[in-house]
Amino acid sequence: MKARVHVTLKSGVLDPQGTAIQGALAHLGFEGVQGVRQGKLIELDLAESDPVRGRAVVEEMCRRLLANTVIENYAIEVVP
Amino acid sequence: MRSAVIVFPASNCDRDAETALRDITGRAPHMVWHAEGTFPEVDLIVLPGGFSYGDYLRAGAMAAHSPVMREVVARAGRGVPVLGICNGFQILCESGLLPGALMRNASLKFLGRDVHVRVETSQSLFTSRYAVGAVARMPIAHGDGNYFADDATLDRLEERGQIAFRYCLPDGTVGGAGNPNGARRDIAGIFNETKTVLGLMPHPERAADPLLGGTDGRAMFEGLAEALS
Repeated sequence: MKARVHVTLKSGVLDPQGTAIQGALAHLGFEGVQGVRQGKLIELDLAESDPVRGRAVVEEMCRRLLANTVIENYAIEVVP
Repeated sequence: MRSAVIVFPASNCDRDAETALRDITGRAPHMVWHAEGTFPEVDLIVLPGGFSYGDYLRAGAMAAHSPVMREVVARAGRGVPVLGICNGFQILCESGLLPGALMRNASLKFLGRDVHVRVETSQSLFTSRYAVGAVARMPIAHGDGNYFADDATLDRLEERGQIAFRYCLPDGTVGGAGNPNGARRDIAGIFNETKTVLGLMPHPERAADPLLGGTDGRAMFEGLAEALS
């Protein structure tokens, strides 16, 4: 099975990259962009086939390495 | 004083730390490769600056889980002093030895220049040779030095005297144009609760010889040598 982990900055944490992207979009003439937050997408290819066990393992991976929970949130998407 | 400098792939200030320690303490440090599971007993462990593991995922994230760090965390738990400089500070935060995180500089630019920091306490192994309020000039060289922690954590750091250095102007005025990277509350360096672990973004080891353009970092190593010898 595959899993996708979306890592995003917590709300309230400044995202200077997102702000820079927003500025660049405005510069290109895209109007009405009210906010940009940049994150990461991590795709995992797992030997595990049970989605419940797979999600639990990925959860542990997120807590220990994939996300820094001081500043980031994560969301796990399991693709059977 | 016996010391060890931990060397990660893409550390680049390990030799600067080695030189400063050897010159000031009179004893060459052990240079310990990151893959080592253990290393000799020492009085001080230094995590040097650099871009360990290419800053992949997050600065310091990979190094925080390298084999040698299990030993560093265990020894820090027993009270062995640990000094993390620049990338070393990022590794200390990622490994949980220090609270908070170091984010991308607010300007998004890599900064390589001298900054001024105000010494917030002299009540530590690392700052005993500095006067409170003294201004030290040291270089920075980082893209991710923007210290972040939530308000409750920052309040706790302040209440417990865990802030070691704050960015300031040359006259000692904290913050404003003196803050190069957007760090919250102008924090340049913090201690753990027992003040046996210090992480800071500026480089004292690169301001420890007149040939390098400054000597304001020497007092940190002199104080450590005095306390730990």
